[in-house]
Amino acid sequence: MAKVIVSRKQCTVNPLKMSQPIGAALAFMGVEGTMPLLHGAQGCTSFGLVLFVRHFREAIPLQTTAMSEVATVLGGFDNVEQAIVNIANRTHPRLIGICTTGVAEVKGDDLKGFLKLIRANHPELGHIALVNVSTPDFRGAFQDGWSAAVTHMVEELVGTPMLEGSFSRRVNVLPGCHLTPGDIDELRDIFESFSLDPFFLPDLSGSLDGHVPAEFTPTTLGGISLEHIQRMGSACWTIAIGEQMRGAAITLEHRTGVPYKLFERLTGLSANDELMGFLAQISGVPVPRNYRRLRSQLIDAMLDGHFYFGQKKVAIAAEPDLLSTLAHWLSEMGCEIQAAVTTTPSPVLERIPSEEVLIGDLEDLESRAVGADLIVTHSHGRQAAERLGIPHFRVGIPIFDRLGAGHQVTVGYRGTRDLICTIGNIFLANGHEPTPDTWRQPVQETSPLVQLHIA
Amino acid sequence: MSDLHAKVQQVFDEPGCSTNQAKLTRDRKKGCSKLLAPGAAAGGCAFDGAKIALQPITDVAHLIHGPIACEGNSWDGRGSKSSSSQLYRTSFTTDMTEQDIVFGGEKHLYKAIKEIAEKYNPAAVFVYQTCISAMIGDDLEAVCKAAARKLGMPVIPVNVPGFVGSKNLGNKLAGEVLLDHVIGTQEPEDTTPYDINIIGEYNLSGELWQVRPLLDELGIRILACISGDAKYHEVARSHRARAAMMVCSKAMINVARKMEERYGIPYFEGSFYGISDMSDALRNIARLLVDRGAAIELLARTEAVIAREESRAWQRIAPYRPSLLGKRVLLFTGGVKSWSIVAALQEAGLIIAGTSVKKSTPGDKERIKELMKDDMHMFDDLKPREMYKMLKDAQVDIMLSGGRSQFVALKAKMPWLDINQERHEAYAGYEGVVALVREIAKALSNPIWNQIRKPAPWENTATLNERAIHIA
Repeated sequence: MAKVIVSRKQCTVNPLKMSQPIGAALAFMGVEGTMPLLHGAQGCTSFGLVLFVRHFREAIPLQTTAMSEVATVLGGFDNVEQAIVNIANRTHPRLIGICTTGVAEVKGDDLKGFLKLIRANHPELGHIALVNVSTPDFRGAFQDGWSAAVTHMVEELVGTPMLEGSFSRRVNVLPGCHLTPGDIDELRDIFESFSLDPFFLPDLSGSLDGHVPAEFTPTTLGGISLEHIQRMGSACWTIAIGEQMRGAAITLEHRTGVPYKLFERLTGLSANDELMGFLAQISGVPVPRNYRRLRSQLIDAMLDGHFYFGQKKVAIAAEPDLLSTLAHWLSEMGCEIQAAVTTTPSPVLERIPSEEVLIGDLEDLESRAVGADLIVTHSHGRQAAERLGIPHFRVGIPIFDRLGAGHQVTVGYRGTRDLICTIGNIFLANGHEPTPDTWRQPVQETSPLVQLHIA
Repeated sequence: MSDLHAKVQQVFDEPGCSTNQAKLTRDRKKGCSKLLAPGAAAGGCAFDGAKIALQPITDVAHLIHGPIACEGNSWDGRGSKSSSSQLYRTSFTTDMTEQDIVFGGEKHLYKAIKEIAEKYNPAAVFVYQTCISAMIGDDLEAVCKAAARKLGMPVIPVNVPGFVGSKNLGNKLAGEVLLDHVIGTQEPEDTTPYDINIIGEYNLSGELWQVRPLLDELGIRILACISGDAKYHEVARSHRARAAMMVCSKAMINVARKMEERYGIPYFEGSFYGISDMSDALRNIARLLVDRGAAIELLARTEAVIAREESRAWQRIAPYRPSLLGKRVLLFTGGVKSWSIVAALQEAGLIIAGTSVKKSTPGDKERIKELMKDDMHMFDDLKPREMYKMLKDAQVDIMLSGGRSQFVALKAKMPWLDINQERHEAYAGYEGVVALVREIAKALSNPIWNQIRKPAPWENTATLNERAIHIA
């Protein structure tokens, strides 16, 4: 439907995109007792760390191999080895997730080889899982780093299924990076109400949901355990959320034979009807009463809200899966997608209900958003929204100038219902008050009638 | 890159830096950046430091020549304020891709500069090298030179890739960029005997504006602030100032010292944090200006303003004293800044229970000792776990630190105040001291603390302290 075009500009202005390594690092943060490690200069880590601290308002475990110029030229083996040993001694992690950066990739460090050697040199670190993922900064975007890290975790950490066969109530859930800790909690409630036992990989709801732990922990505060990841092969189904998770779901299926079902989005009535139907089918449990009520509440919110959504023009800039989710849902509410800007190629882009989808930046969004009723993008869109005088609804990462980024829920009947209220309220608050001149016809100087009057 | 190495050596061997001069010749050669420990490092890279130092120049387009990580992950993060142009808040990057890595990024860079010149018409373009563009050998200087000639505007190469060192080194190298390419390239329309430069002040949260009104009142003109709320032409013309103040951080000492050497502008090191430091700063500015030809009556006028402002500040702090008396503060800053606010906190009735001296010189440490008598603890390095324990055990009542340790305090359910560069409150000058004391009182007196420390009704009745001991 949409024409996907790539910006031809030589200079990216006000970037929408963030880099792969920090997307991968965030995925590792959804595993319990983990220290993500970026193999690059220390700035690569400190920029990512500050970004996540500002977004989640939490301490962020993230380390660096602190590559100097000399180390970069000579190769980073010593730095990777030292970093792993230091992290092991100082923070006692169960998993170190190692992401490359532009520095490591341009140099061409063979991380897989490094880890083999480090394993041989340090038998005492045998109890720590090491997963490495190639995430050059100069290719792809945040979302690509996240899905690459999950795919690698599946490859390295999921055990081959045991003879006892599958547990009929266990499901694996592979959420895309556009789902918040709050979304994961909501989904867990939904799955559990069907008497299913979900394993989320990654599970940010345990680590970055903003809770106050009883003790100080230098690694992640929670998340899925390594044991649970290991046993993912014994689930009856894998549910992937967002096209970005297809690769990980297929990899898991190949390794373990667990079939997968991919939901492109979980915002909107039809999307959630599909989910509920599927869960009822695989669990044998009829859709629970509270979700029937929530569905009815969602329908009522759609009825109440549609007045304010109809024909509103919305400009969205977000990563592909988030963009696709919001664009489809908003157009289902009667909005017109005036502009759609994204970061990286994806099969979902051409199905987005908009004339074109541009792989570009926030300057592109700003120029395409003129006259729109709403701008939907992360916090970096605030300058554009201010200049254009258009209300700005913050989604994605980073949201650094609002509270509760991790608790924003947009999945399920409940999440969709609340999203209608939140965005509907923005439309309501920005309605145009009529003035005496609102309906006056513009005066045309050449009109003979006017001439007559003047005379 | 050999030019860059020469520069790095040069800024490491800084005669204006007392820390450096106190070292043996052998140690001095090693430079002042500590070797970073992989897996145990914290802090930004040299590129980060360069950007921090230069980005406050407001009417300039700051273009980052690198992959998306260097700018996309970090932009719009600093609270440096502008009184006019907002261009410095617009983010520009070449967003290098594999294509650039394989074929070289110079043409791409040139076209990007051209686009910026056409679309945004900036006073200048500052072009920042990154690790990747340095690794593939893009000749930043040559591209900037060509672009400047063709586009008829200053295009300044900031050749400070991240992996050459720490944030502090990046600050210094950024200073070298200004010395080499900007300072002295334009002439001011007029000069007065009351023109000064302020070096190493970034106008975070508008702190320069807490100081500026007093200078205005005294008839002292800031010819250039390097670089907070600065315009390009102000920095370019700053070589005609009569005197300079180097704000406490030693990040830009090379700029102050070389401007003295090249243009005969005397400078002093001072700070706007704390009442006595602020007064000293005003005094020193007046004294240097009078030395250089300003009317001697400036000294008396300055003293009058100091007397008035000091008494006003103390008066405004006094009401907070009863509620702050005896409260214990853990003060964790970059180091040199510590002693400059210790006096003000003590005057407000607070007890300094401990402070970091990681980045302090022996002289700084002496001064802290002097100020704090016996009841103090100086920490070279306090691991987050130990810091958490101190807070959890309620050995202190509030922590003042940078954002990095924010959650160590908050998760221990202890009040915390941001006093680092990312903070949103302005704490400079007499106004700033009062604001700091007010913020501490506000944090301590918030009613949430009593509520959140009470155990949930289903937990046993152990008190917070008992639980803290249990955890310890």
